[in-house]
Amino acid sequence: MMEKSRRRFLKIAGISALGLGAKPVLDVFASSEEDVVVEAPVQEGAPHVTETEAHHAATEPRIMRSPNAKVAPQWAMVIDTRKIQSHSDVEPMIEACHKIHNVPHMPDKKHEIKWIWETEFKHAFPNLASEYMAKRVEHLGLPVLCNHCENPPCVRVCPTKATFKNSQGIVMMDYHRCIGCRFCMAACPYGARSFNFFDPKPHIEEENKKFPTRMRGVVEKCNFCAERLAVGQKPACVEASNGIMAFGNLHDPNSEVREIIHSNYTIRRKQNLGTRPAVYYII
Amino acid sequence: MLELAIKGSKKYYGWLAVVLGVIGAGFVTYLWQYFAGLGITGLSRDVSWGFYIAQLTFLVGVAAAAVMVVLPYYLHDYKAFGRITILAEFLAIPSVLMCLLFVLVDLGQPMRMLNVIFYPSPNSVLFWDMIVLNGYLLLNLLIGWNVLEAERQGIHYPNWVKPLIYISIPWAVSIHTVTAFLYAGLPGRGFWLTAIMAPRFLSSAFAAGPSLLILLCLLIRRISNFDPGREQIQSLAKIVTYAIILNVFFFLCEVFTVFYSQIPEHMDHFKYLFVGFNGHGALIPWMWTAMGLMLFAILMLVIPSVRRNEATLAIACIAIFIGTWIDKGLGLISAGFIPNPLHEVTEYIPTVPEIIITLGVYGIGALVLTLLYKMAISIKEDASA
Repeated sequence: MMEKSRRRFLKIAGISALGLGAKPVLDVFASSEEDVVVEAPVQEGAPHVTETEAHHAATEPRIMRSPNAKVAPQWAMVIDTRKIQSHSDVEPMIEACHKIHNVPHMPDKKHEIKWIWETEFKHAFPNLASEYMAKRVEHLGLPVLCNHCENPPCVRVCPTKATFKNSQGIVMMDYHRCIGCRFCMAACPYGARSFNFFDPKPHIEEENKKFPTRMRGVVEKCNFCAERLAVGQKPACVEASNGIMAFGNLHDPNSEVREIIHSNYTIRRKQNLGTRPAVYYII
Repeated sequence: MLELAIKGSKKYYGWLAVVLGVIGAGFVTYLWQYFAGLGITGLSRDVSWGFYIAQLTFLVGVAAAAVMVVLPYYLHDYKAFGRITILAEFLAIPSVLMCLLFVLVDLGQPMRMLNVIFYPSPNSVLFWDMIVLNGYLLLNLLIGWNVLEAERQGIHYPNWVKPLIYISIPWAVSIHTVTAFLYAGLPGRGFWLTAIMAPRFLSSAFAAGPSLLILLCLLIRRISNFDPGREQIQSLAKIVTYAIILNVFFFLCEVFTVFYSQIPEHMDHFKYLFVGFNGHGALIPWMWTAMGLMLFAILMLVIPSVRRNEATLAIACIAIFIGTWIDKGLGLISAGFIPNPLHEVTEYIPTVPEIIITLGVYGIGALVLTLLYKMAISIKEDASA
């Protein structure tokens, strides 16, 4: 509630400022981008105010970050597939994600919308699957999702910057700017993006009022739960994963994900393409 | 000059009425798509571009007819083409216009189209494609209109048009190159990830565009008092012959690299198109037909007597036009998505509404072409009378 009214206030303040000149409004958005870039790697979950932030705060209106927010220059995930026994271990992650993000169940599989789903090794890693391989791995259902690449081709091709990499390394979507050209879907080598071929609203079982629904004609995908990180929560799938997924700051050598990556052999999907995916798998 | 386009015979008005009918059907169907969503097409999560984008790809090629006439005339002073430059330029205008319309009907949120200009993104090839396509449209409009107007008044066209003509030559190359780059730079799509994509676009364009121009010239000679000229048609035929041979050669280069290297990510798409992949192969008969038509056309065109006979030349041109249309307008785009990045197969077949909308856009192209040609031919008839 607090968050909402503050945003509303800033919006109104910004629009009023237009009467005097658009610069202050533009500055609000420009500055919030800038000083996050300036930030050195920060401890997860640590409240912080940078110098630039303090300076700006005194002079211009700006969007503030929650003191509880989890912050990292590049978020990453490690999925320990050794802990997956059956389909029922993966199902809760998908369920949790799709429920809170208002992901619809489209009746036709061709129009399917999915942010995270389960697939076999040979589909998740088509260039690594062999004819003869460990039985467990061959039939394992792996969770796959947007990799929030460090070098994302989808962001490169977007003609409107509707998909962009935010200051925390998350590949985000602006559903209000997207023109629905689907260039990003052609560019993504992981099939992580879905398009709203029809209005999704009638196909949402139970709407979560705290998260926006989408309209027909725009692309959507996993957002690494940016809205939950902003208030200090872990991504929904990680929370529902029962320890199968770990999440943290990739650039902090002491973070949980870095420790796991350090002590286990991990692989990433289609590493050879140079996209630098931020989702790591232990097989 | 516009008044010339609306004065004509009963047959002329009849043709306009037919074209307007097709446009109307397309427009009504488009309204349905606009309000319901792109779900009424055959597109899917896996095959997210289809018929519309494929037509854009093909028509960029047709627009190229212009440069194949403009270049010999202005750079090599090949006088004969002076008679038909206007026809080539006026063919480019509706072609590029259709390209832009096919992008528009493919958008999920067309009302936000201007976001491409409000948030210019030079890193996106689509941004550049918008610039080169609109630029080429504008160039041909300015050049064609001014040169024709001057011809009508019996004077030389204004001097400022000349630099535009020179610019239009490399610009024509850019529309193919940039459109090819839409596909050729995507990391996860083995079918398109090839440096020969842009050269292939150029070769198929220089075959398809002038083929259509030859057919239009033959038609104009029949239905009007203006004769585009036998020499002109024969010169175009030679251009078409070289271009279609190059096109098949480039394709075979691709086939060699893909199948000799045996890299599955590159091979699977070709297999899907020509022999089927995991039991799927909706396009197999189409693709072999395309190959057959192109080879048949080459065999015809390399025999001088067959090429010189305008009746057999017309057959070869039709074969090339259909062959290159199947190759680019049907195979190239959907095969890039089959199999998908997870190595699964979702096939794509355009739906009836999708085809009606496509025909509607072609109708707009036909309308603009008719009006422009009517103007040009009326002036040419006066000049020769």
